[in-house]
Amino acid sequence: MSTTQPSPTPADGPVGPVPAAGSPQRASGAPQPSGRDADPIPGRIRAKRSPRPGTWISAVIVVLLVLALANFLVTNPVFDWGTVATYILDVKVVQGVGWTLLITVLSMVLGTVIALTAAIMRRSENPVLRGVSWAYIFVFRGTPVYTQLVFWGLFTVIVPKIALGIPFGPEWFSFSTRDYFPAFWAAVVGLGLNEGAYLAEIIRSGLNSVDKGQSEASKALGMGNGQILRRIIIPQAMRVIVPPLGNETIGMLKTTSLVLAVPFTLDLTFATNAIANKLYAPIPLLVVAAIWYLAITSVLMVGQYYLERYFGRGFDDRPGGAGPAKRGRRARQRAVNSASTTPKNSLPEVEL
Amino acid sequence: MSQDPRNTHRADAPDDQSAPVVPSDPAAPAEGPALIALEGVHKAFGDLHVLKDCDLRVAEGEVAVLIGPSGSGKSTLLRCINQLEEPTAGRVRIAGVTQGYAEEPLPDGRWQKLSPQQIARQRARIGMVFQRFDLFPHMTALQNVMEAPVHVLGRPKAQAEKDALALLERVGLADRAEHYPSELSGGQQQRVAIARALAMEPELMLFDEPTSALDPELVAEVLTVLKELAEGGMTMVVVTHEMGFAREVADQVVFMADGQILEQGTPEQVIDHPQSDRLQGFLASVL
Repeated sequence: MSTTQPSPTPADGPVGPVPAAGSPQRASGAPQPSGRDADPIPGRIRAKRSPRPGTWISAVIVVLLVLALANFLVTNPVFDWGTVATYILDVKVVQGVGWTLLITVLSMVLGTVIALTAAIMRRSENPVLRGVSWAYIFVFRGTPVYTQLVFWGLFTVIVPKIALGIPFGPEWFSFSTRDYFPAFWAAVVGLGLNEGAYLAEIIRSGLNSVDKGQSEASKALGMGNGQILRRIIIPQAMRVIVPPLGNETIGMLKTTSLVLAVPFTLDLTFATNAIANKLYAPIPLLVVAAIWYLAITSVLMVGQYYLERYFGRGFDDRPGGAGPAKRGRRARQRAVNSASTTPKNSLPEVEL
Repeated sequence: MSQDPRNTHRADAPDDQSAPVVPSDPAAPAEGPALIALEGVHKAFGDLHVLKDCDLRVAEGEVAVLIGPSGSGKSTLLRCINQLEEPTAGRVRIAGVTQGYAEEPLPDGRWQKLSPQQIARQRARIGMVFQRFDLFPHMTALQNVMEAPVHVLGRPKAQAEKDALALLERVGLADRAEHYPSELSGGQQQRVAIARALAMEPELMLFDEPTSALDPELVAEVLTVLKELAEGGMTMVVVTHEMGFAREVADQVVFMADGQILEQGTPEQVIDHPQSDRLQGFLASVL
């Protein structure tokens, strides 16, 4: 306590809050400083928080609103929590969760692969590739995903047969699209192609965010363009790409509810709607669906956290922020040190 | 080295004081192919003519230091040597091999460009160190040094790791092998960058203002590494403003201004007995 320590600050200009007249009473209530480890920093500032009435006022308002909401949720009979509890683990619902997850993951993977290709094509020196990429983004970003899903649902009608041959000429090989393109894949392809157009722009901006010096340094080492992209540019771009990619994944999770346009009828929204229609109880099953979507989003957010940590390695100084690469570090460091390959001050001075 | 151009220059210098030291100095030994030969190199970025008819010869084991005011074309000239810039005119030869193009022109007078793969192979023989280090930030120091040997030369990882650790030791950083660039000081980063370039076992090394981005107290540790390299017989072209280093280590000092090589010769000739007003003015501003 500053009453027992000489203050290093000038007497006429107290920097820290100097104890007021009534403070000896408070000091006597606090543990005596003499018995503890001496603070290596003399005259440590003991700060009293400035008053923040706004915090308390807002807390009171929020608590009141939460209570009102809870009252509404509990007492309003339309929520029918008994039905929610009955159907939250219903076989159809849980299967719907599975299908929704599967469509989300597959269409995001497809979308990312397409987007990476489109983004790299946009950066290409080849004008044909640049044009194709631009046209793809123009069409698939510019039309509603619902329209696209209906189109992919009708694909087997529009294109009943795919044949390999010369246009207007002979045909060597053909198959019926009906046999190979069920509604599930129409949903995945439809969502993936639409998503790829958005992701392409995200990935392009990520690739552009990497310092130009990185590709020059790689070129100077004799690396080829493909290697530079794979080993140097993309890993660094991922740091910028992953947060919006997570965002898009969560968006995709909910966009999958549109697959009834295909029509694909096993996803979570369709499953809960079907039950709701049977029971004439729409609200409880909307709540069931909402709870599941929230739960999946939470899981996806955890995944995003780990991805961000991995691709942030080397950029982040937070402890543990450098990712898994750091885990084995201490052991290896000990090995390197024990080899004593670096004598201390091994560098001779240079005369300048 | 009996062919050391330094000796010829030194013999000429006392009675040749008034004669300007011109780029294609007839006193320079012509016999024996120079490891680096730039012949009539021009570079223009659109209307901007940044290199004008530059000739430079650097023999094997020689250290050439490029000096000059900023914007004089030093870095561009350096970058033409490993094809980070394509000359608009003229030729660059490394060990007698034309860089970037076939040796002979096509019948119609045009020059056949090499494929990106062939250019990458030519670059792989030339080490380069940048002003801003440009280490790969997502890799540890060790991974930075191993990257090119493993993925360009196809060396086995275990061998590359052993070599990389030896190189890090050589630049005094074996105990920083597992650190990311963001955890290293500027001087340490630049030493890792030197080790990374050396890992490719280059025939020559290019340094583009290697100490300009460093705090003053960190400059010496990088210059020490450069000096040791020079003593080890590495052929080097160094763009720098460190006159003390140029005087001590350079075999050849080249002064550039406005895209032209105005004077070149030994440190004694160029730094101690500048001929042109431009060089005298430049030296007065940096010394």
